[in-house]
Amino acid sequence: MCSDSDPDTRLSRRRLLIHTVEALSIIGLAGASIPLLRACSPQGVAVKKNAPLKQDLSALDVGQMITLNWQGKPVFVIRRSDAMLKTLAPNANQLRDPLSVESKQPDYAKNIYRARDPHILVVVGVCTHLSCTPSYRPDQAGDLGPDWRGGFFCPCHGSRFDLAGRVFQGSPAPTNLTVPPYQLVGNILTLGEPNPGEHT
Amino acid sequence: MRLFIWLAQRLPLREWYQRHLSHYYVPKNLNIWYLFGALATLLLINQLITGIWLTFGYSPTLSGAFDSVVHYVRDVPSGWLIRELHAAGASMLFAVLYLHLFRGLLYGSYQRPRELVWLLGMGLFLVLMIEAFCGYVLPWGNMSYWAAQVIMDLPTAIPGIGDDLANWLRGGESISQVTLSRLFALHVIGIPLVIAFLTLLHLTGVRHVGANNPEGIEIKKHLSPDGTPLDGIPFHPYYTIRDLLGVGVFLLVFVGIVFFFPTGGGLILEPANAIPANPLQTPAHIAPAWYLTPFYAMLRAVPDKLGGVITMAAGLALPFLLPWLDRSKVKSMRYKGRASSFMLAVMVISFIGLGILGLTPVDHAVLPFIGNQLLAQILTALYLLYFLLMPLYTKFEACREPPDRIGGAQ
Repeated sequence: MCSDSDPDTRLSRRRLLIHTVEALSIIGLAGASIPLLRACSPQGVAVKKNAPLKQDLSALDVGQMITLNWQGKPVFVIRRSDAMLKTLAPNANQLRDPLSVESKQPDYAKNIYRARDPHILVVVGVCTHLSCTPSYRPDQAGDLGPDWRGGFFCPCHGSRFDLAGRVFQGSPAPTNLTVPPYQLVGNILTLGEPNPGEHT
Repeated sequence: MRLFIWLAQRLPLREWYQRHLSHYYVPKNLNIWYLFGALATLLLINQLITGIWLTFGYSPTLSGAFDSVVHYVRDVPSGWLIRELHAAGASMLFAVLYLHLFRGLLYGSYQRPRELVWLLGMGLFLVLMIEAFCGYVLPWGNMSYWAAQVIMDLPTAIPGIGDDLANWLRGGESISQVTLSRLFALHVIGIPLVIAFLTLLHLTGVRHVGANNPEGIEIKKHLSPDGTPLDGIPFHPYYTIRDLLGVGVFLLVFVGIVFFFPTGGGLILEPANAIPANPLQTPAHIAPAWYLTPFYAMLRAVPDKLGGVITMAAGLALPFLLPWLDRSKVKSMRYKGRASSFMLAVMVISFIGLGILGLTPVDHAVLPFIGNQLLAQILTALYLLYFLLMPLYTKFEACREPPDRIGGAQ
């Protein structure tokens, strides 16, 4: 029979067994939750990162905007007039990130026009706040107030951007609209990363 | 009768009936504010039944969701009625819950010993909001899509892990089939089970500690010789009969809305959601369902991404803490001081004001002399101050002494 029949020993052994079972159960439950959590990991819809999108801009009028569907996101392309470009400089002291230091854009768009060619603006039409699509509001001094010099207005939470996609102070959006990588040869716009070796 | 005896020997039927109905003693002075819990239960049952029937006709796919709802509403016999009962039922459920919550604030129903009942109720409220959001996305109209886009982008405000967390919740970089499938599964099975469980705990808790009443007096302090509260009456038949009358009146209002105001002026069914989801175009005038607009207005009031999300989260979290924020010796507003009444009124007005602001596009001024943004900031501050200042004004205000018994006798 049991050699150590001392009740205290048996009790402490019983306690050790119970605690061991408890600890193992918790470890087991934690382990069982791993496949459940793993099954929720992002399943990237195969987006071809380098898939370029070509668009001829010769039919784009001055002041007009077209929206391209690039990788499932809207990309705004606007042919800005000289008058529109003149509105950019005076905005500078009302902007959150006028020099686009915190914002995302290729190096060639890190200027006050945020563009390769100042007259052609290419930005991803996704608000940096909570990803709504801002509306293009080139009209001056309309219902957006007397100081409005044209730009983008997000209907969801009221973020305001100028005609270079730079966010105004007082908006909930933290950074400027993102500029996607693109090439511009004459009137042919190509959205996407350049092929390796190709000159940017 | 023999069947009943056979069953009663095998299930605690008689005990259950006595414990929850015939011998469940409830204060004798409950007023109309005590009706809304019963109505919420009724509406949950309505959501469950109509929801199952809607699932019969719903296709949770990007290409099929919108058309399947349109088909169900237009072509399936009585499909329109079932969809309308579900959509209007959700709105009515939140209307009833807001009144139910207000009752709790008015009579101090969250105070000791009902803290856990309050926490369970607030938990239910939060879970129901998530349930309502999931359901709102399923018809896959353009409002549905952009609601999903914005709400599931909220975690990106968290520094560091935010982007990864949002991708993990969505199941990808953007709203996709994966997201829709998840929201569907959560809406029809996952969250309803949680709601049923929390409802059971909430009701069990109320029956264990006993219902509060407009006087805020504990009826268990004065018992008759047979151990029942002197100021209590059995739930059945007294309150079941009264609740039935309330249910009748409520159903008149409910079916009135269902038959004559099915869109609720755009509050129940939104025109922009009659357009299929378009990932390239946000509706020009976008607002969440009306019962979420006060919190949406808090988010929008702060011109900072993280700050806005924190403010909204605080607006949702602070009511949970009420049992510990309220330092008053008395429960009911009838005996609390003027400061408490004043602050409650300020909070209710601010909350309704925020709801109206949330429904209004940012660029359309509600009041002529003050901008929406500033107004929303003031109202948000007032709403939050009701909770944050509560430990002070409930401690230092002069309260009246409540009587020992309901009706002031003896």
